[in-house]
This record gives sequence, C-alpha cells and structure tokens, in this order.
Amino acid sequence: MNLTGTSQLLRFSTVGSVDDGKSTLIGRLLYDSKEIFEDQLAAIERASLKRGDGYVNLALLTDGLRAEREQGITIDVAYRYFATPRRKFIIADTPGHVQYTRNMVTGGSTAELSVVLIDARLGVVEQTRRHAVIASLLGIPHLVVCVNKMDLVDWSESAFASARADFAAFAAGLSGVDEITFIPVSALQGDNVVAPSTHMPWYQGPTLLWHLETVEVADRFDWARRRFPVQWVIRPMAATHHDYRAAAGRVEGGTWRPGDEVLALPSGLRTRVRSIETYDGPLSVAYPPLSVAMTLEEPLDVGRGEMLVGPEDLPVLTRDLSATICWMTDQPLEIGRLYALKHATRTIRAVVDTIDHRIDVNTLERIEGVTALGLNEIGLVNLRLSAPLAVDSYRENRTTGSFILIDEATNGTVGAGMIDDRTRQQELVYQI
Amino acid sequence: MAVVDPSSRNASMVAAEAVIPARVSHLDELESESVHIMREVAAEFERPALLFSGGKDSIVMLRLAEKAFRPARFPFPLMHVDTGHNFPEVLAFRDARVAELGERLIVASVQESIDRGRVREEPGHDPSRNRLQTTTLLDAISENKFDAVFGGARRDEEKARAKERIFSVRDSFGQWDPRNQRPELWSLYNGWMHRGEHMRIFPISNWTELDVWSYIAREQLEIPSIYFAHQREVVKRDGMWLAVGPCIHPLDDEIVASKILRYRTVGDMSCTGAVESEAGSLAEVIAEVAVARITERGATRADDAVSEAAMEDRKREGYF
Repeated sequence: MNLTGTSQLLRFSTVGSVDDGKSTLIGRLLYDSKEIFEDQLAAIERASLKRGDGYVNLALLTDGLRAEREQGITIDVAYRYFATPRRKFIIADTPGHVQYTRNMVTGGSTAELSVVLIDARLGVVEQTRRHAVIASLLGIPHLVVCVNKMDLVDWSESAFASARADFAAFAAGLSGVDEITFIPVSALQGDNVVAPSTHMPWYQGPTLLWHLETVEVADRFDWARRRFPVQWVIRPMAATHHDYRAAAGRVEGGTWRPGDEVLALPSGLRTRVRSIETYDGPLSVAYPPLSVAMTLEEPLDVGRGEMLVGPEDLPVLTRDLSATICWMTDQPLEIGRLYALKHATRTIRAVVDTIDHRIDVNTLERIEGVTALGLNEIGLVNLRLSAPLAVDSYRENRTTGSFILIDEATNGTVGAGMIDDRTRQQELVYQI
Repeated sequence: MAVVDPSSRNASMVAAEAVIPARVSHLDELESESVHIMREVAAEFERPALLFSGGKDSIVMLRLAEKAFRPARFPFPLMHVDTGHNFPEVLAFRDARVAELGERLIVASVQESIDRGRVREEPGHDPSRNRLQTTTLLDAISENKFDAVFGGARRDEEKARAKERIFSVRDSFGQWDPRNQRPELWSLYNGWMHRGEHMRIFPISNWTELDVWSYIAREQLEIPSIYFAHQREVVKRDGMWLAVGPCIHPLDDEIVASKILRYRTVGDMSCTGAVESEAGSLAEVIAEVAVARITERGATRADDAVSEAAMEDRKREGYF
C-alpha cells in the first residue's frame, strides 16, 4: 500500500448490464485485489443465500439501492474505489441499457478510460456499439474491451478473435478513441481479471488489473491553453491583509507563473499575474488540476464568471454555440425553448436555435430534420446565448468545452453539452 | 484597442515552452477537487454551514476550508449536532480547534429537542440518539435558514452513499430521493433549488478512509485522543465493544472488561464500538487501516447493522 501520496489516480468507467457480468467483473476486481472487506463479503454471502444464488454473487457488492437489489438491476451511477501499490482507481460504474444512456454519459464525463464488456457468446451487439459511441463522444481516449464469459464458450480463441474483429471494424469509424485493448476474461471464475488465466494459454496479453495499473493514459489535462475560471474572490478585509484580493479557482489549462500576461474574459481586462497563492505559501508555477488563488498587478474587478486566459492562445468569445447535447429528462429539448446554461463558473441563458442532426447512438448514423431531442437522445444543437461565453471546443479542453443545461422550472439538470469545433467558425474576430 | 485574430494563435509554442511538471499526487488531486467544490458552494449559496463533529473526516474538511478561503475567514459558520452522547474528549477537541481557527460554531442540541418535545427518547435500555439527531439537524437548518450544509460523508463508507451526488438536494423534510437524483457531470454542480429545499454537499465524496488518514498525516493535523490506543472499561454488546459510562450501563449478564482499544470512527458513545488495537501513533493507525479487513462502519457502528438498507432508509429520512 502506498502511503506517501505519490501514486497516480486513474478514473475509469464501466458500462454494461447485469447480463454482461459487469457487476460481477467489478466485484471480482475488488475481491481479488483484496479491496472487499470481510463484513461486506459476509453480507453478500447472506444475501446470495437468501436469493438462492448458487455462488457468492459478487454483483451484489455494487448494487447499492434497495430497488436495485430487489430487481437485480443497476439503476444509477455508483462510484467505487480501490488502490494498488501502483495506482488509486475511481470507478464510475454505470448501467448499460439504452434507457440509461444519460447515466453512461454522466459516468463517462470524468473518465480517462472505459471498460466495455462483450458477452463471448453473443459477440458485438447493439449495446456494445452504443457504449463505444458514447465513449467516443465523451472523448475517452482509452477503451478496454473485456470479452467476458469465456468459460461459457470453452475458452475458445476463435470466439475471442471474432468478437475482437467485429468490434475493431466498428470502432474504426469512431473519432477520439486512441487505443483499444482486448482481453478475454471470465469475471465469474476470475480468469484474466487480476490473475492470468490457466484456461487460455493462447492469450499472452495483460490481465485487466495489470492493464489498468500500467496503461499510459493520454494526459487528460490541457497543457496548451492557459485557462483559469474565477470561482470566488478572496478578500480578508482585515488589518493584516488590508489590500489583499485574490481570484480563486482551479487551473483548467496551461502553466501559470507570476509575471504572466493575462486577459479576463468576457470583460476584456488585461493585466499580469502578481503572485500565485495557496494556503501552503506562494507557488512559482501552477498547472492543472491545482486549486490556487491569483493576485493581479492591477486591482481589477475580476470576479466569479470571468475566466483568466493566456492572450497567446485565446478561447472563442461567442454568443452562438454548436454543441453535442445528451438529453437527460422526459420533457424534450425543443427548438425555441429557453434553458439556464452553466459553463465553468458562469451561468447564463440559452435558447435552442436549430438542431443540426440527431446521432443514432447504436450506429453513429446522423438523422437530419429533427425538431426535438427526447430522453437519452444525443444530437448536434445550435444555441443562442444571453451573454457572451469564452469557450474552447470539448476536444481541446474538457472543462472549458463542456456545459450543463438546467430547466428553470424544475431546477433539474436536463442536458449535458460538449462544444463542437464548428463553434470557432462563428466568431473569428473579436475586439478587446 | 487591439484586434485579435484567434487564427494566429499558436498552441504548440506555449506547450513547448512550458515544462510539464511532475504528475500531481492523488492526494493533491483529491484536495484540489474538494477545494473547488467548497468554493463553488461559497459562491452559489447564500447561507452555507459546515458540519463539524470533531471526527477525522470533518477535521479534514476544516483543513480543506482553510485551503479554500484563507487568509480570509470562512464564508460560513461551523455547526455541530450535539447528541448529548458525545465523547467528552471529542467535545474538548472540537472547542479547541474552533478557537484555534477563530471561526463561529453553532451547536444544535438533541437534548434541547427532547426538552422542547420535538423528539422523544427511544424506549429500551441505553437508547441511541442516532435517529433523533435528524430532527435536531433539520430544525437547526431551518432556524438558521441554511441553504447548503457541508458534510464529510464519503462514498466508500457504505453502498447507498456510493450513489449519492456531491450536491444532493433535500426537500423540506430533509429527505433524499435516490431515484430522482440529478445527473452530475464533469465538475459542473447544479445548485438550483426550490423554496424550502436545501442542499447537502459532500466535498470528500471521492476520498477513502485511507486517503483521509494519509492526508491527516501529510497535513500533520491533530485528532482527538480516542483515535489512539487507550485503556477503557467496555462491555461486548451486539458484537461491539461499547464504552461503559454515562450512555452504556452494563446489564446483569454483561461482563465489564478493561481493554486496550481505540476508535476507528467518532460517533455517539451509545452506538460507536471500539476496536482492540495497540496503535498509539498516526503511523501505526495508518498501518492498521491499510491492512484492515473490515469496513469502518461494519466494525464500529451498531446503527448500520440493523438491515442491509439501514443507511439508505436513514438517508431518505434526512440523515447525513
């Protein structure tokens, strides 16, 4: 166990339904990496017996809500934690059926890697394709495809090879996915989850855990563009810090040093960083994902909702957004409707201008001529904004390229937006 | 006035000159996420409060608040729900820490709720006040008009908690509706509410028990003495070592033992069990946690042992 706090953090999502053995796979990962505690194991042993399961049902570990246990389904995103000496892991465990697309999008929004399950008996099915499409839309660069239930196909190499070929053919059409790793597993028996399988000598690759521990994840932070959305202004207003005023926030892009030129958007104010402050003392350099506070050379009125950026690489300042939106509520997104839009630390209003197309999440096909997006549907939408926003495309920066839509009547989070590259074309020049 | 053409931007130039620093440790990343959440709450809510019990998780929360808001004062008061069953060592610690920070503490008292007839002591021998404190908490939230309350709950503690959002809306009865939670994406938190609702905020959702201890060690935070091994008169009840004292009175068939033990969690004397342990230093405690084979709540909380869904049920009723 690494106690020095120097291990890396890997956030990954899993998608799949109970039938895929996804909960069993996670249960196995936690169990075999000794992350399951004895009282948890005793509880699921009792529950398995009560349900009449013929084995200790590891899936029961992850189904947290009463309704999930009763119905034997996963409804919601659950977060799981485990650590090995190499890494600490946060799993966003999400259900796989089409009616849970929004949960998959939610779980994937913070993931750097996604584990997709295929039932070896069935091969690539609609649900598998959907998982891959969503991973691609969310910009998750690494996919791990676990071909599961190998025990039920007599550990057959050809079943694995055919699932792999089918998936690879489909994934060739996906953008944003850099790397796909295929692993034949039996979550039920534990083959190739933590320990190598003795049943499949033909497979020489890594086990799932070994892969998760060692995969080089593409840097999820944006090192190129300096971005610092201001959350809060620290102003002690006390005798000891009379003139102290610092813009507090989290570095969402680039490296920052005292003396750096900055531009505040949307106000257009320009100054330099005087110091980068933290509770533990000033820093000579700040970078993602550190939370810091910046004092500026001039006492500008830079508050929440402004974003400090590097003038050498500007975001787009725009009142028109093109974005891929996943819709998350029963009441459809419709042309002409008004929503609150939260982007970084700024909340404004947005009107749905046009819907360019809907994306069939099973086939990646574009359907044009739609006027609404229903629950769990995803489409490319054009929005008009009540005030200018400083944005990047989601591909460039997952924080300054994303937003949520809020229904002002229900206060619910109804849409998740990923800003499209074409937003750039709408406002090429602006004045400062 | 300068006209800037974004097409002349040169991203690679910036990337090339920037020396990419060493990877941030996972504790740094968890800390930064929690600080980000606290600042969002300070900015988006009018009257937040931070629950401080003197337990290890809320001790970490106070340090995170210092990281988020110093050198200014916290933009919210601290609040403690005093059940009347607290360990005296923990109350002393609480008051010392609050004085050291120079922040304001509001104490909501379960005894007062009982005296005012808001709740009734549960029947039976040595009753727990665990359920009663929910009413005291909700009364305090509404009397103080708090619209957001920070809690130190973690998702690794319990499987119902594993599904709760970082921003968790509660209705005017404080109820959690697990089937009707808002999607929570990226680090965009939705703080919108109707009148009468309030938000529970869990900034250390993604921390584990070991993360908390590692952070306490890294930050050299003081903790109440009962976390370290000490000698105490206890009885074994419901499989747990409970401290004999004002809340636990041995029954005729119970044998009072004098044991060397410590607490893994800090709750009420009436329902928090001690574990046999010789760990007398932080390093020893961390070594023990790292190899522990029983969850902290499983080892030490009678309140969760009631049923498989005990925590879910209490959360639905407004419990943290």
